[in-house]
Amino acid sequence: MLSMLLRRLLLGLITVVLVSIIIFTGVEILPGDACTAFLEREAQGKLLENCRRDLDLNRPALERYVDWASGAMVGDLGVSVNGQESIAELVGNRMNNSLLLAFCALLVGVPLAIFLGVITALWRDKPIDLFFSTVAIFAMTIPEFVSSTVLILVFSVWLGWLPGIVLTSANASAVEFFPEIILPVIVVAMVMTAHILRMVRTSVIDVLASDYVRMATLKGVPYWQIVFHHVLPNALLPAINVVALTIAWLLGGVVVIEVVFNYPGLGRMMIDSISDRDLPVVQAIALILATVYVSVNLTADLLTMIANPRLRTLHMRK
Amino acid sequence: MNGDNKPLIEIRDLSIGYFNSAKQLLPILRNIDLSIQAGETVGLVGESGSGKSTLALAMMGYLSNPLKVLTGSTSFRNQSTFDLSARELEKIRGGELALIPQNAGQALTPTQRIGRQISESLKLHSKVTEADRPARVLELLTQVRLPDPMTLVNRYPHELSGGQQQRVAVAMALAGEPDALLLDEPTTGLDVTTQAHVLELLRDLAKETGTAMVYVSHDLGAIARVCDRVVVMYAGEIVLDGTVRQVLLKPVHPYARSLLASIPKLREASLPAALDGRPPAPGDVGNGCAFVERCTMAEDRCATERPILQVTKAGERVRCHLFEKVEKLAAPGPGSAVERSLISPAAEVLVLDNIAISYTTRGILDQILGRQPNDTPTVDDISIVIRKGETIGLVGESGSGKSTILKAIAGLIPIRSGSITYNGNEQLKASVDQRSKDQLRRIQLIFQNPDDSLNPRQTVAEILAQPLRLYFGLSSQELHDRSVEILERVRLGGHYLDRLPSQLSGGEKQRVAVARAFIAEPELVLCDEVTSALDVSVQAAVLELLNRLQREFGTTYIFVSHDLAVVRALADRVALLYQGRLCETGPAADVYSLPSHPYTEVLLGAVLEPDPDLVPVLSADDIVELSPMPVGCAFQRRCPRRVGDICDTQTPPWQQLNDEHLIRCHIPHRELRKLQTVQVS
Amino acid sequence: MSTIFQAVTKNRPQDRLFKVLRDVMSSPSGAIGLSLVVFHLVLAVTSPFIVPFDYREISSLLMLQGPSFEHWFGNDHLGRDIFSRTLLGGREAILITGIATPIAVVWGSFIGIFFGLVGGRIDEFAMRIVDAFLSLPWILKMLVLIVTFGTGMGVLIPTLAFFYGIPVIRIARAATHDVVARDFISAAKARGHGRIAIIRHELLPNVLDTLMVEGAMRWSWMLLAFSSLSFLGFGASPPTPDWGLMIADARGFMSFAPWGVLAPVVFLSSLIIGINLTADALAKALGIDRIQKAPV
Repeated sequence: MLSMLLRRLLLGLITVVLVSIIIFTGVEILPGDACTAFLEREAQGKLLENCRRDLDLNRPALERYVDWASGAMVGDLGVSVNGQESIAELVGNRMNNSLLLAFCALLVGVPLAIFLGVITALWRDKPIDLFFSTVAIFAMTIPEFVSSTVLILVFSVWLGWLPGIVLTSANASAVEFFPEIILPVIVVAMVMTAHILRMVRTSVIDVLASDYVRMATLKGVPYWQIVFHHVLPNALLPAINVVALTIAWLLGGVVVIEVVFNYPGLGRMMIDSISDRDLPVVQAIALILATVYVSVNLTADLLTMIANPRLRTLHMRK
Repeated sequence: MNGDNKPLIEIRDLSIGYFNSAKQLLPILRNIDLSIQAGETVGLVGESGSGKSTLALAMMGYLSNPLKVLTGSTSFRNQSTFDLSARELEKIRGGELALIPQNAGQALTPTQRIGRQISESLKLHSKVTEADRPARVLELLTQVRLPDPMTLVNRYPHELSGGQQQRVAVAMALAGEPDALLLDEPTTGLDVTTQAHVLELLRDLAKETGTAMVYVSHDLGAIARVCDRVVVMYAGEIVLDGTVRQVLLKPVHPYARSLLASIPKLREASLPAALDGRPPAPGDVGNGCAFVERCTMAEDRCATERPILQVTKAGERVRCHLFEKVEKLAAPGPGSAVERSLISPAAEVLVLDNIAISYTTRGILDQILGRQPNDTPTVDDISIVIRKGETIGLVGESGSGKSTILKAIAGLIPIRSGSITYNGNEQLKASVDQRSKDQLRRIQLIFQNPDDSLNPRQTVAEILAQPLRLYFGLSSQELHDRSVEILERVRLGGHYLDRLPSQLSGGEKQRVAVARAFIAEPELVLCDEVTSALDVSVQAAVLELLNRLQREFGTTYIFVSHDLAVVRALADRVALLYQGRLCETGPAADVYSLPSHPYTEVLLGAVLEPDPDLVPVLSADDIVELSPMPVGCAFQRRCPRRVGDICDTQTPPWQQLNDEHLIRCHIPHRELRKLQTVQVS
Repeated sequence: MSTIFQAVTKNRPQDRLFKVLRDVMSSPSGAIGLSLVVFHLVLAVTSPFIVPFDYREISSLLMLQGPSFEHWFGNDHLGRDIFSRTLLGGREAILITGIATPIAVVWGSFIGIFFGLVGGRIDEFAMRIVDAFLSLPWILKMLVLIVTFGTGMGVLIPTLAFFYGIPVIRIARAATHDVVARDFISAAKARGHGRIAIIRHELLPNVLDTLMVEGAMRWSWMLLAFSSLSFLGFGASPPTPDWGLMIADARGFMSFAPWGVLAPVVFLSSLIIGINLTADALAKALGIDRIQKAPV
């Protein structure tokens, strides 16, 4: 089992390294460099030279990559394109805010999704299932900017219950984001819940049709005991992976939501820095997001390994 | 046995069916009348589509989803099962009436330890207090003869072997101290020796506890061993109900007679009589007898009038208009002899010389670290000479390597060392990529499972066209003609060309697979358990087909099977394998008689036949071996005739008993003959 | 004779297609989904010929007017007729994603099937690279390219096709693994068929179903992505009537002129939902087990 864990960790590390290479190479092969991108029309002469000197762009690519990568490992992400601010500082606050948003959404969404997923599976094809499954389909397929917009329309414009836009500054503490954070959390949670719900539902339905559940029924085990002791432990195992995948999606999908609500998170910053052509910042954010994605998946895999007896005990004993 | 005469389980005029998407009613069970007394052991025999499993589950008040009760009732202890509330059913199931399921590995919850699952039954159905439960669980595990119960209690189902899982299922069923046990094909998929052990256990338990048993199976050998009474089902009806001696030795229903005749027997070196056709699908039975289309004795009345269950003088129940005529027939005799005239002793088709195969692959960590795989090969030291026109049987249980060898001959698995020579002088390269097209054409492979070996998206025409296009350059008219011709040879016919595999029965699919192999005009056909996935009555037909094609084309067969009786029927020579090593080779008659290699002796002793008087001999323990021993005899751990350390350290020598018969054992063969008591010839 | 034989209608590919269509239409969700998709496709093709007004026509008089007899959906902030713009709003999105999706599915399948068959270390390494790509948020990947190269169709189509083909690699590879383990593939190998022949005759027909369903889902996610990009200003460019763009424009005036937002919301959502419902019904009709994954 230990070797499996190590193997998984090793693979995760390799993936992160590969990502960093892809990011770096991606930026390198694009025409121009960070300075030409930033300065645009003014990218010439002394200005360009100075910029390049500030950002150390005159060294060979491999050297710069190693510098950047090793710096990143200790938390030093370099400086933004105007050579002024430490990216790590800039990003720090934003990341906290995004994490706050993600955390609140997870707190609300995951338990709700699991609960509804189980309910809709146990009462399959009954009104409650039809209702929630339909709502889930809507939540999953409607683009986030649409649902955000509609929610703002309903809850902020028409009903006036909640603020539709976040005006708190980026370095505010968590509490200050309340109640502006409510609508964004709802949108994020909605999409997340819909995906997890559908998956849990399918999983529970599959398990309900399994031989061992049939056996438990024929053993005379009461229905609810079957559900809690035989169905759920098996049906929820795959849920771990889906939750991880959804979290991973969150990192990308939340961008649009942050823009709509003007939420000062990492996603917003990413869009802004792309618009501003601040490539070092973009690079750094890309690396952070990718690392979070890989870590989340790794954790999910490890949790699954622990929770699933088949993976835990790999050898058949006599 | 209890005092009063009320039956424990009573089924009256039960009919169960379902409505398909076209709103037609498809009956699965039709007018079942059955009573089971306390302490009786009853076998429910039938092939696929007979409804036997549905009947057994109905006794517990369970119907799988689309099924509904159409008429009649079933009752347990005088309570109508289908009228009980959920709570009452929960009390009975697992308590007074317990199920031992078919595939225990799937029927045990993967996330719960064994001990806990048995405890659950104890908690629900017994009066054992919480404190006493762990001890009782250990008792139960010991009662089902599981070794080392203390460790087993904490294991998960997937950590156990098939035989162990099945025993756990039995223990779980016994936990509630039931009055009746329902067993749904409990030994399917188990090895011959494991099966024999589990059946002995069940038989002993029945005697010790006086529990009634309803044993559902298609395997008449198992039923013969365990049951006092046999009920034969066909197309959803009971067609015969009598004592085990009456039904197995002198059946009075044509179907039962044909069924028994179609089972290959260990003592008979002949092909069993095939039963043509297949059982009707639900909803396809006309107004007459369900068996009319396949019955050799059918009269006009049989097609128009459905027979009712009548009682014979001997007390059997039989559903046939002509049972009196059947009574007068002699007991079913041996089948047709296999003609073995085409063997040319001089022509060697295939020579396997010292073949060793290794199945282990290196994991990625090993690759990075440069570690070598485990050195003991999965299959080792295989040397066999196969002659033109003969059928050689490769026999063994799971792990014997027989399929591995076959796949290596086919070129699908790499050989670690050794050589294969084809037709005297051609070196057969280990991999398909390196062989010539002609070599590939002349060696064809037929797989076990016809559901898997035919491409579900290709019609029969396309399936047959594949080899034709590959090996011969034919015009499309020629393709069509050859396909029709081969289909007729396998008794299917040209109208099958447009069908998809999903529209064919198991037996028909296997015939298409056989046709596909023979359409290439091969010299050597490799058969990998080709009858194992088929119904009993269909197996005989496929064997007969293979034999006929061999006579017509002079093909050589390598026939792999775990079923000793099937191999006896078809093979000229037999090679017995254990853990990838040869134990005994020789003419079939010699191998199946004394003296035998100790493993042969164990296997032959464990084989079940539909003969209530036959007592199997269980000489070896039921241990599962995961990998072959690196030194010494392959059978050292389980051999009941171990002589000592020599068995562990030295590879046993080949002893030649006569021209062809070879045994690999440290015990001299004359002494073996003296020691052995199993008589099979 | 037997009911099984009655089922032997013909087994040509066309018959299967009709059967599948019939199955999809037989379930209520499938019927709704397919109808919505067909409606939108027909609309996309015919709308230029049926719109009452020129989508570019600006009018300062009609700015932010509500629905009226002449302008059924009202007018936007530049006085343009929302009804006409809405009817035309899906064209660019459907065109771009309609071209990019098949490209994505085809190239992703190629690579996925290839690695599924090759296996071994090459496969492991390639999957690491795929995973690395998948770990980057989609929007980041696309925006970087769009910002560098511009927003024309010539950039959007290849970008969408490339990045949305990557998850298809994993799906095709998994489907290939499933099929390759089955005996009929071994049978074909044992007969001596070449690799290409096996892929063509044995593998592809069995993998196609999964890929088709995946293709439908890819299309819906691509539409989602494209409209999100348009919303952010990186997709369709003004004055193109595009639903995403329209929502972005009308957002600021939502409090007093919500019709500018509602119409494109309804049309966009109905198309995406339609595709999803169809894909679900298609999966059921083809007998495929599908567990929804997060859109990557």
